[in-house]
Amino acid sequence: MAGSGSSHLRADIDAALRIENLVVEFPAPARKKVSAVANISFDLAKGETLGLVGESGCGKSTTGRAIMQLPAPTRGSVRLGDTELTSLKGESLRQTRPRLQMIFQDPISSLNPRRTVHQIVEEPLNIWGIGTQAQRAAKVEEVLGAVGIDPVLAAGRRPHEFSGGQCQRISIARAVITEPSVIICDEPVSALDVSVQAQILNLLEDMKERYGLTLVFIAHDLAVVKNVSDRVAVMYLGKMCEFGSPDRLYSSPAHPYTKALLDSIPIPDPEVGPKPAALTSGELPSPIDPPSGCRFRTRCPYAQEICSMVEPQMQMVSPDQHVACHFPLVATQPQDATTVDLTKRPSGGDGGDAV
Amino acid sequence: MSANEQNFDGAKGDEVDVSSAAAEPSRSHGIPGAKTLLDVRDIRTHFRTPRGVLKAVDGVSFTLERGRTLGVVGESGSGKSVLSRSIMRLLPKSNTIHSGEVLFEGRDLSGLTESELRGLWGNEISMIFQDPMTALNPVMKIGPQITESLRLHLDMSKGEARETAVALLRAVRIPEPEKRFNGYPHEMSGGMRQRIVIAVALACGPRLLFADEPTTALDVTVQAQILDLLAEQQRERYMAMVLVTHDLGVVASRADEIAVMYAGRIVERAPTKELFANLKMPYTESLLAAIPRLDQPSHSRLEAIGGRPPDLVNPPTGCPFSPRCPYARERCTQETPQLVTVDGHDGHEFACFYPVGSPETEERRVEIATRKGAA
Repeated sequence: MAGSGSSHLRADIDAALRIENLVVEFPAPARKKVSAVANISFDLAKGETLGLVGESGCGKSTTGRAIMQLPAPTRGSVRLGDTELTSLKGESLRQTRPRLQMIFQDPISSLNPRRTVHQIVEEPLNIWGIGTQAQRAAKVEEVLGAVGIDPVLAAGRRPHEFSGGQCQRISIARAVITEPSVIICDEPVSALDVSVQAQILNLLEDMKERYGLTLVFIAHDLAVVKNVSDRVAVMYLGKMCEFGSPDRLYSSPAHPYTKALLDSIPIPDPEVGPKPAALTSGELPSPIDPPSGCRFRTRCPYAQEICSMVEPQMQMVSPDQHVACHFPLVATQPQDATTVDLTKRPSGGDGGDAV
Repeated sequence: MSANEQNFDGAKGDEVDVSSAAAEPSRSHGIPGAKTLLDVRDIRTHFRTPRGVLKAVDGVSFTLERGRTLGVVGESGSGKSVLSRSIMRLLPKSNTIHSGEVLFEGRDLSGLTESELRGLWGNEISMIFQDPMTALNPVMKIGPQITESLRLHLDMSKGEARETAVALLRAVRIPEPEKRFNGYPHEMSGGMRQRIVIAVALACGPRLLFADEPTTALDVTVQAQILDLLAEQQRERYMAMVLVTHDLGVVASRADEIAVMYAGRIVERAPTKELFANLKMPYTESLLAAIPRLDQPSHSRLEAIGGRPPDLVNPPTGCPFSPRCPYARERCTQETPQLVTVDGHDGHEFACFYPVGSPETEERRVEIATRKGAA
C-alpha cells in the first residue's frame, strides 16, 4: 500500500520525462510540515501518456506542479529529456519552458478574458521570438484548425464568447503551439459534460499523434484515465500504490486501494446495481501527520500489524504491473534474495528491513 | 388562489386530501391512486434576457409516487436544474415567465404565497445543492444550521432540537456528532459538508427531496458513500426523490425512473431498466455512448456528440437535437416531435420521428458504419 521504491522504472527506454524520489513538503503551523508528495518515482517514454489518479488530496496535482517546478520539489530529481530541471534556476529554467507546457482544469479562467483568441494562442511564440509575424500568424491558424476552432471566425473573439469545451480547445492550442515535448494535463475534462468530455479526449489523442506529444494526464475519473493512458499510477496521500498498464491494472488490481476506487465507479447499467461503498470508513488522513508504515492502512480492509510498522516497497506483479502492498490481491514475483513471505512473518519484526 | 388556500389548510400529512387530488382523471401518463405525491403539468419557465426570451423549461410534465426516485439527466443547459427550481418556486420573480401547475399532495404550489411556501420549504420539500462548499453558511456553526428548521417548522425547544440534530448527524455518519455540532463548515472536508447539507435537508422529515447534482463536486469514493446514504435515508423515511445529474451512471442503479432532458423538454422517459434495455431516443443513445467505459480497451475512440446544446433563445426549427443527430432526416428539421408512448410498454415515452430500432435509423446506422469502415 502506498509505498516507495523504484522497481517499476525502466532503464532501457529513451525517457521523455523521468521522476525519481520526488518529495514535496509545505510548511505547516507549529513547525510541522505537510507531506504532500512523499517519494514518488516514474518514467515516461516518448509518445506515452501516464495517467495519475487518486482522490482529492492525494498529491496528484502537486506532482504535476513539481514537474513544472511551480514550485520546485523539496527533494528528488525531475529529468526532462537530458535536462535535470531541479538544478536549474532563473533564466536557464525559463529556457526549458517551451518544452514543458500545462493544460488546466477550468478552461474559462485559464484564458485571459481581455485578450482575443489570436493573441492568447500567439503569445508563446512572441515570448520566444519564434518566426516572423507572418509565420506566427500562419502557425496560429494551423494550430487553431487542428483543435477544431475555425481560425477565421474565432481569432478576433474573446474567451467569454466560447463554451467551456471550446475554451479547453483554445487552451490546448496554446499549449501545443511551441511544440513542447511534454504536456501536463491537470484534470482537463473534469469541468466538462460527458458529450464534450469525449470530444476533448479524442482531440488530445489526435494532438498526441500529430505533434508527437508525451502527456502526464491527471484525473480523478478512472474510466477517463483508462481511455487515454499507456501507463497508470494510482496515488494515495502522497505515495504511489500501484503502477502499470491500464488493461492489467483495471482487470486485476493488485492494490486494495485500486480495487476500492474501481468498485466506486457507478456503472451505467441498471442490471449491475450499486455495490456497497468500497471505502465506508472515514476520509483521507491528514498529510501533516500521515499514518506510519503504509499510509493507506487506516482505511484498508486487509491491514495487519506489519502495515503500521513497515512501509511497503514497489514489487513486481508482472513486467507491466507493480504494487506497493504487504498483502497484494495478486501474487507478486520475488525480485531478489531479501524478499520473504510477509504473511508468515511473526508480528513485531523490526521495521528496518523493508521488502 | 382561494381554492389553493383551502387545500393548503388541511393538506399537511392528510391522506384523504391526497387521494381526492389524485383521483382527478386528467392525466395522460399519471398513475392513479393515493400514491402520487408530485404531479407536474406542462411547466414552462422562460427568462427575459437582452437577447430575447430564453426558454429554459418548455413544457415538462411528470408524476412522482411516494418513496420513489426520478432521475433527471441531461447536459449543461438542458434545463434540468431550472426544472427543479421551478417546481420549488425558487426562481427570481423579475424577468421570469412561469406557467403550468405543480400539484404536491394535491395542492397547487403555483398559487401559494411566499409565506405559505416558506412553510413548505425545508419542511415537506427539501433540496440538496451541488456545491457543498457554498451551500452552508460559513459564519454559522453546524448545529444552528440544522436546528433552525426544526425550531421553526416543528416548534421544538432548544434542547429537543439539539438532541434531534445530533441524532441526524449520527444518522449521516458524522464522527463525533456532539463535537461537530459546535464546529464550523470550513473545518470539514467536501464529503463531510455534503453529509451536513443532507442532514439539514432531512431534518424535518420531508416527503420530497430534490438532489441537484449532489455528488458532482465529490470524489468517486465519497460519491458512492453519499449515494448510499441518500438511498438508506430515503428507504427509512419513505421519501420521494428527484435526482438531477449529468451522469447516466449515477442514476442507472439509483433511480426507479429516468427522464432525459434536452433543450428544456423531456425527450425520453421510462422506468430505468426499460430505458437501458430498450432506449428509443437517439440523444439518449449518444449520451450513453459518450461515457468512457471501463470495459473498453485503453485508447478506444469515444463516440462524442458533435456540436453543442442549442441556443435556447433561438432554438433550431424542428427537433432541437436534429443538428447533432446522426440519424436526422428532412422531417426532423421541419416538425417538432411530441412525446409518444412505446407500444406495449406503458410508461415509456420518447419524442422522435425515427427512434432507435426503426428501419430508417437502422439503415442510417449501417451507412455510418460502412463509411467508418471505409475510412
